[in-house]
Amino acid sequence: MSAPAKLPRWAELGLLPLINLGVALVVAGVIIKILGESPLAAFKLMATGALGTQEGIGYTLYYATNFIFTGLAVAVAYHAGLFNIGAEGQAYIGGLGTGLVCLYLGAWPFWVVLPLAVLAGAIFGAMWAFIPAWLQARRGSHIVITTIMFNFIAAALMTYLLVNVLIKPGQQSPETREFSANAVMPAAHELLAKMGITVVATPLNLAFGLALVAAVGVWIFIWRTRWGFALRVAGANSAAAVYAGISPPRIIVGAMLISGALAGGLGLNELMGSQHRILMDFPSGAGFVGIAVALMGRNHPVGIVVAAVLFGALYQGGSQLSFDMPKINRDMVVVIQGLVILLCGAMENVFRAPLTALFARVRSGKGIE
Amino acid sequence: MSKEPAAPPSTPPDAPPALELRGIDKRFGAVHANRAITFAVAAGSIHGLIGENGAGKSTLMNIVYGFHRADAGKIRVQGRAVEIGSPQQAIAAGIGMVHQHFMLVENFTVLENVVLGVEGGALLAGALAAARAELGRLARDYGLEVPLDAVVSELSVGLQQRVEILKALYRGAEVLILDEPTAVLTPHEADQLFVMLRRLRAQGKAVILVTHKLREIMAVTDRVTVMKQGAVVAEVATRETSPRGLAEHMVGRAVLLQVEKRPAQPGAELLSVKALEVRDRLGVARLKSVSFNLRAGEIVGIAGVAGNGQSELLEVLAGTRAASRGEISFGGRDLVREQLDPRARRALGLAHVPEDRLRMGVVAGFSAADNAILGYHDAARFNRGGLRDEAAIRAACAAKMAEFDVRPPQPELRLAAFSGGNQQKLVLAREIDADPQVLLIGQPTRGVDIGAIEFIHKRLIALRDAGKALLLVSVELDEILALADRILVMNGGEIIGELARADATEEKIGLMMAGVRAEASP
Ligand SMILES: Nc1ncnc2c1ncn2[C@@H]1O[C@H](COP(=O)(O)OP(=O)(O)OP(=O)(O)O)[C@@H](O)[C@H]1O
Ligand SMILES: [Mg+2]
Repeated sequence: MSAPAKLPRWAELGLLPLINLGVALVVAGVIIKILGESPLAAFKLMATGALGTQEGIGYTLYYATNFIFTGLAVAVAYHAGLFNIGAEGQAYIGGLGTGLVCLYLGAWPFWVVLPLAVLAGAIFGAMWAFIPAWLQARRGSHIVITTIMFNFIAAALMTYLLVNVLIKPGQQSPETREFSANAVMPAAHELLAKMGITVVATPLNLAFGLALVAAVGVWIFIWRTRWGFALRVAGANSAAAVYAGISPPRIIVGAMLISGALAGGLGLNELMGSQHRILMDFPSGAGFVGIAVALMGRNHPVGIVVAAVLFGALYQGGSQLSFDMPKINRDMVVVIQGLVILLCGAMENVFRAPLTALFARVRSGKGIE
Repeated sequence: MSKEPAAPPSTPPDAPPALELRGIDKRFGAVHANRAITFAVAAGSIHGLIGENGAGKSTLMNIVYGFHRADAGKIRVQGRAVEIGSPQQAIAAGIGMVHQHFMLVENFTVLENVVLGVEGGALLAGALAAARAELGRLARDYGLEVPLDAVVSELSVGLQQRVEILKALYRGAEVLILDEPTAVLTPHEADQLFVMLRRLRAQGKAVILVTHKLREIMAVTDRVTVMKQGAVVAEVATRETSPRGLAEHMVGRAVLLQVEKRPAQPGAELLSVKALEVRDRLGVARLKSVSFNLRAGEIVGIAGVAGNGQSELLEVLAGTRAASRGEISFGGRDLVREQLDPRARRALGLAHVPEDRLRMGVVAGFSAADNAILGYHDAARFNRGGLRDEAAIRAACAAKMAEFDVRPPQPELRLAAFSGGNQQKLVLAREIDADPQVLLIGQPTRGVDIGAIEFIHKRLIALRDAGKALLLVSVELDEILALADRILVMNGGEIIGELARADATEEKIGLMMAGVRAEASP
């Protein structure tokens, strides 16, 4: 009906995110300049650090794996009209499930442990999302509020468990013992070595492949199944959903279970793939980055994978930066990353209106000639 | 201003038109929605704009109000060339628009809604006091009485529309555009609207009225412009034309304003309702002990002043609203006791065309194809091996579009990109094509053009003749008289009488609608 003009698809999906990213880099560049370093040199360092070496690429994709899982989690909830801020907590608890399987069933062969670990991560993550979902569906408690609160509860619960229950006996730091060798995700360099390709050792591991499989699965589910259709209808127009015989409360619960299960995949990469034990705060913000990744990726699995790799590069490049440029410390890197999240995620609409107006003007200009 | 273009015939030679469009052109991709449209409205006149669904009426009005930007063309207001790129600029130029879906803040008062956006200062109190005085004057001048301190959500649709008109006038509108304003009104509310529009005309405002109801065009307009496929095909003075003549201009052929039908041959009972009661959230009874039945091969019409329980009856039968007591038997099941949801009812053969289709019958952001399976998305014919059968879904939509003449026939297009009437047609196509045993249908021809009305009426009668039962709710008494074989009249949540079509006259129904019970006929 009277919808305002729309952007062409390529501009919506390609140009707009690039402009957002560009502005974020300009602002970051100004900060770097103020700190007394050369922005160009800093960006070059970040780019080569993230993508210029085998090691950089490995780390970039390793970080990206976490972001794919959490980005998908946020996106599935989004399609059901829900803003899941709780991927962080769901990933934390989901990782607990994966970790418990690895700790206590680690004697079994890897190909038995793997599906159990995946399942446990998914179930634990889903459970953690279930309570806010149920509260929203039955009691109308707003899911944004409850999922935020459940992040805190998850952190408190995990601290308690690691300090008092799961801690490796006779040790100071709140961590479990190491997983046995059967419960460790094969690293990418090991897998490639089997195929005769030698690459530098990095934490990149099989979980990256699982994340890509999850992305394909989410695409099929959302756009190619009737359940995904029902979910999108409920998210887009709940009156139409009721009319069509789709129960919005049921969709809320179902979507959040899937969302939590996806967030629960993070432990596969972080614990099984890299740390090989359960430790404090292992999601380290990936749940929140997932929100930015989903927004930037337009809640589409392909976009999410691309955005996740971008944020992975930002993380890897950022640590390189703090390493090589003494004036830019770890905290400054976090500020720069925060800027990108702010501009690409939270403020992603800022440049849409001017860009749309520009397109309209260019087009009507053509029409008059 | 050096040279004025020759004024159109409706304008006195000395005064420029209140609104003048020259060569307005607009394309949406392949669709040429407006083709070099030239159009003028004189101050102190009501100008009708009619045309088939998708003819480009809303597009043109949205261009004037700054929602869309024309590809080419000029807009003049009171002889001044203006550049309109946004609704703000349109308002500044003295153009106001009343949308079909009101743009009011539901939990604000009328006064707050009117002032919203033009407070003109940091403190609200001053603005509200000034607005109150000004609105008092507007109400006196135009007969636009509205309770200023009432919360908008508590007002009837007719009053909400009045608030929209007040908003436009408060912002200084000299040209007022109304796009299908009567589609959501009861006939009585529509009459009140026309009284207001005549007053606006008397005060020198220019009014543009878009509608599909030729009766309304004949009743209030001074001139009519007819659009077809994006172009203006005729402009005439209303008193020199007739509904039949206008219909032919619009459709390009003679239109049956009344469809032929054979007498009904009612068969077995398909659905029966006993002592059905519905209470709303506050515990107020909306339906009081309603009982009736539907038989194969008949159309039962429900007449009544809007708000007397017809909508609730449709909803409770369809399953989108819960009954508090009573029985609905259909297909050997008790839908109330078993609490079957709309999906289960559909599976039993109960289809529902909701009254407010654009709100609950479609998802505007989804493709036409997705909308054409809404509610039937679980059906085996649209799924294969756990996945949606995209080819079947697209083919089914294409077939419906061809049959019901939904334009443009592109299943992939977003529903929001279709004209209002074409969206309506797609919903009707979906529910009629499902070939239900019982079809519940609310306001079947709301928003569709007269050619489509003829077609839809034919399809509904064909469905009846195929041995199905139809329950029809319509605020248009004409429509009920044209289609129904049996008429139930509702008043205050009750069925207060029943008439066979042969015995029904407008007077009898009118009396019953007002609450006068039918005396038991011998
Ligand atoms: N945003 C849009 N994107 C693409 N096409 C559009 C858009 N808006 C309108 N159209 C197309 O432009 C044409 C004219 O539509 P418009 O809404 O102006 O028709 P209308 O005369 O108001 O019809 P109706 O009587 O059904 O309301 C239609 O073919 C419609 O599909
Ligand atoms: Mg329209």
